[in-house]
Amino acid sequence: MSAGATLPTVAPPGGGQWREALAARGGIVLLASALFVFLTLPLAMILVRSFQDRSGAFAGLANFARYVQTPALAQSTWNTLTFAALATLMVVPLAFVFAYAMQRSCIPLKGLWRSIALLPILAPSLLAALSFIFLFGNQGLFKAALPWLGQTSIYGLPGMVLAMAFAAFPHAVMILLASLSLSDARLYEAADAMGATRLRRFLTITLPGAKYGLISAAMVVFTMAVSEFGIPKVIGGNYPVLAIDIYKQVIGQQNFQMGAVVSLVLLVPAVVAFVVDSVVQHRQKALIGARSVPYAPRPARGRDALLLVFVLVVSAYLLLVIGMAAYGSVVKFWPYNLSLTLDHYRYGFEEAGVEHAYRNSLVMAALCALLGAAVTFAGAYWVEKTRGAEALRPVIRFQAMLPMAVPGMVLGIGYILFFNHPANPLTVLYGTMAILVLIGSIGLANWVQYARTVRGSTLVEKSKEYVQAARVIGVPPWKIMARHVLPNVMGPVLVIATLSLGLAILTEATLSFLGLGVPPTSPSLGTLIRIGNEVLFSGEWWVTVMPGVCLVVLVLAINLLGDWLRDVFNPKLK
Amino acid sequence: MADERSGEALRLEGIGKTFGTFVALEGIDLAIRRGEFVCFLGPSGCGKTTLLRIVAGLERQTSGRVIQNGRDVSALPPAARDYGIVFQSYALFPNLTVAQNVAYGLVSRRRAKAETAARVAELLALVGLPDAGPKYPGQCSGGQQQRVALARALATSPGLLLLDEPLSALDAKVRERLRGEIRALQKRLGVTTIMVTHDQEEALSMADRIVVMNQGRVEQCGSPQEVYERAASPFVATFLGRVNVLPGAALGAGRYRVGEAELVLRADGFAPGDAVRIYLRPEDRHIEGDVAAMPNYLTGQVSRIDYLGTFCLAEVDCPALGQSIAISMSLNQLHDLGVREGEPFGFALRDERVRVFRA
Repeated sequence: MSAGATLPTVAPPGGGQWREALAARGGIVLLASALFVFLTLPLAMILVRSFQDRSGAFAGLANFARYVQTPALAQSTWNTLTFAALATLMVVPLAFVFAYAMQRSCIPLKGLWRSIALLPILAPSLLAALSFIFLFGNQGLFKAALPWLGQTSIYGLPGMVLAMAFAAFPHAVMILLASLSLSDARLYEAADAMGATRLRRFLTITLPGAKYGLISAAMVVFTMAVSEFGIPKVIGGNYPVLAIDIYKQVIGQQNFQMGAVVSLVLLVPAVVAFVVDSVVQHRQKALIGARSVPYAPRPARGRDALLLVFVLVVSAYLLLVIGMAAYGSVVKFWPYNLSLTLDHYRYGFEEAGVEHAYRNSLVMAALCALLGAAVTFAGAYWVEKTRGAEALRPVIRFQAMLPMAVPGMVLGIGYILFFNHPANPLTVLYGTMAILVLIGSIGLANWVQYARTVRGSTLVEKSKEYVQAARVIGVPPWKIMARHVLPNVMGPVLVIATLSLGLAILTEATLSFLGLGVPPTSPSLGTLIRIGNEVLFSGEWWVTVMPGVCLVVLVLAINLLGDWLRDVFNPKLK
Repeated sequence: MADERSGEALRLEGIGKTFGTFVALEGIDLAIRRGEFVCFLGPSGCGKTTLLRIVAGLERQTSGRVIQNGRDVSALPPAARDYGIVFQSYALFPNLTVAQNVAYGLVSRRRAKAETAARVAELLALVGLPDAGPKYPGQCSGGQQQRVALARALATSPGLLLLDEPLSALDAKVRERLRGEIRALQKRLGVTTIMVTHDQEEALSMADRIVVMNQGRVEQCGSPQEVYERAASPFVATFLGRVNVLPGAALGAGRYRVGEAELVLRADGFAPGDAVRIYLRPEDRHIEGDVAAMPNYLTGQVSRIDYLGTFCLAEVDCPALGQSIAISMSLNQLHDLGVREGEPFGFALRDERVRVFRA
């Protein structure tokens, strides 16, 4: 028998069997209903609303007809696609070269560059937009450079694309880092032995190996840009996009049905991108076998020097954007009095309730991450490893994928429509922290990301002989999972857990921004950013920046903690 | 030129390789004749793959020279050397078709398209896969991938073929068949070949010459018959085939004491009283005819019989030696001589075969 052969599942002995089966069935039903309430129903609500008039009566396609007849809205659709396409074209090649430098060269201080590249993930996207205003806005530091760059104003498409490139960069880099990390040194040696040039090696081995990662990264960036709200709001100028239209319709005009229609329109490109990504992922064959030897780059002076320059430029750009926002938050009165002060922070912590907001956000995010991780893992285990209630399983899988395909803005609208509906018994939760935790952990938990990473590393782990040996001896599957598999996949799991903690804070910020979530009496960072946004153009912009900077610091600290935990728990690094 | 006269394809001079403080190879000297099939044989970690990779230029030696066809290639990159290589588990490009894989080295050398296509067809026919061209490696069986890798390595008609454990990932049956095929192909093309393996049977059945390696050194270098029958060291004797080890003492003039028995062997050169180990293969015995009248006659009781297909091993407890000895015999002999577990059994050692080493 070959080593890779599947071994029979060993059932736990005795009467524990039916009890386990019952528990599994109960778990599946619970999971399916939770996802239904916190994901599918809110989304369905959007669909329902798009066919209703203001009073809630059935209106047929009237809303859609009005949408099509409104030239401004059609223009927004085109703008959105242009913006997303440009951002994708800008981010993906840059992220690829960056990831290539990290994985395939011998440049020094890789850990530092990597951390810098991931910084924007922690910042609210509008922070980038604000930075660009500080840099190139009407009173900006480098305003004089604009004509030189062929632009008259930073407001509008150029500023949006630049800010989006900043916000989406880490996401693309993470995906490409992962896809470039899978490499087989023997292929490169074979190519070397057969006299292939560097270019040919790159074209026949490196690029095909990263192909799926590239498509995936492009789809993720595109989806992010399509649903991006903060950046167009702050720096979009007279360049309306769909996300802004939704905000205007829902928050500005309380026109929920038109907001729902626009949400559906916004959903189309996102779903298309998601389907493309899924098909591509599905096609990805196992390029890396158990026998493959990981590629270790050797120093090459010319290549390393070029890549180092590139990495330095990108890192400087990212730091400039973040640093500008941080600088802005300690300047006394932009742009008239540039002396430095911590007054904003002092005021924020002592009077504006930032400290309180901090605590609220932290508690909320921690609850989300904990509950989310627990739900995700238990769910993945129930779905993949138990039997019974077969019909519900694909339903769960499909629902778990929804948050990936649906822009956060659309989901947010769905939540408002659903939980704010007078007939909904869950309305009592509206405007509480509980709803945010439930949404964050069940609805928006980074299901697919978790599942992919865990499944990938679990599959590798499970094919190892000692795990198979444990199965043969008759160790029950959950015990193998807990004792042998989990400790070994702990690294990626913790990384995602900390990332999702950051994500939870940002989710809360988005939802609070839309007005769903913790009541104003118990402020959170999200509410502060919202309040700040409202006063953005009245000169009190720092109210927005300061919580943003606090957020970066907070999430960065959490991520460093995660890295540290990973190093402590990863047996392989010892 | 010197190499033309001697017909020498490759010479390794004082090759050494260290990884940090770990010595992977030390003082390797070796000359390989044109058209020869040489096996580097040894347990895992003995340095055989490292040595192959140094020949390929994929690893740089810490000391010593690699001379190919009279040319010092020690410092040349892989592409500038003349060889084809088959990696352990093949390393075929998964995103290229079989034909593109085979053509890879030809494209690098900028051959004309038509010429390349003809050569690819010729090679695929050579390895018995004439129709596999448009397939992807993932659609081929392990044995087929192996052949594709072989065709790819031979594509540029290299003067040297390097095989890194080429058969280790295959099923026993396929492995056995491919052994014969590779050997036949190598003879037909007359290409100088180095194969790395840890499988002694593979080495014994395929090689013209075996280089037995252990802990970064060459233990013995010789034809399969030489290394098997006249092992130069205890390591070679135990690593190749089965062997009984009898600790004893030399009595001088080819006489040895083992337990209470006194053996007279051809091997000599030990002073009386020297502690020795006597290495005796299961087949180094007489069991038919009037064995009781032969020198070195021993008796004992059969404690166990292991059937191994065409022959079997009988474990014989010899009171005189104070230990048991494994004796091999054919199934016919087993029946003709009436050998059964628990029964007494007598045999005589073949004094000319037995090897003796200082303990």
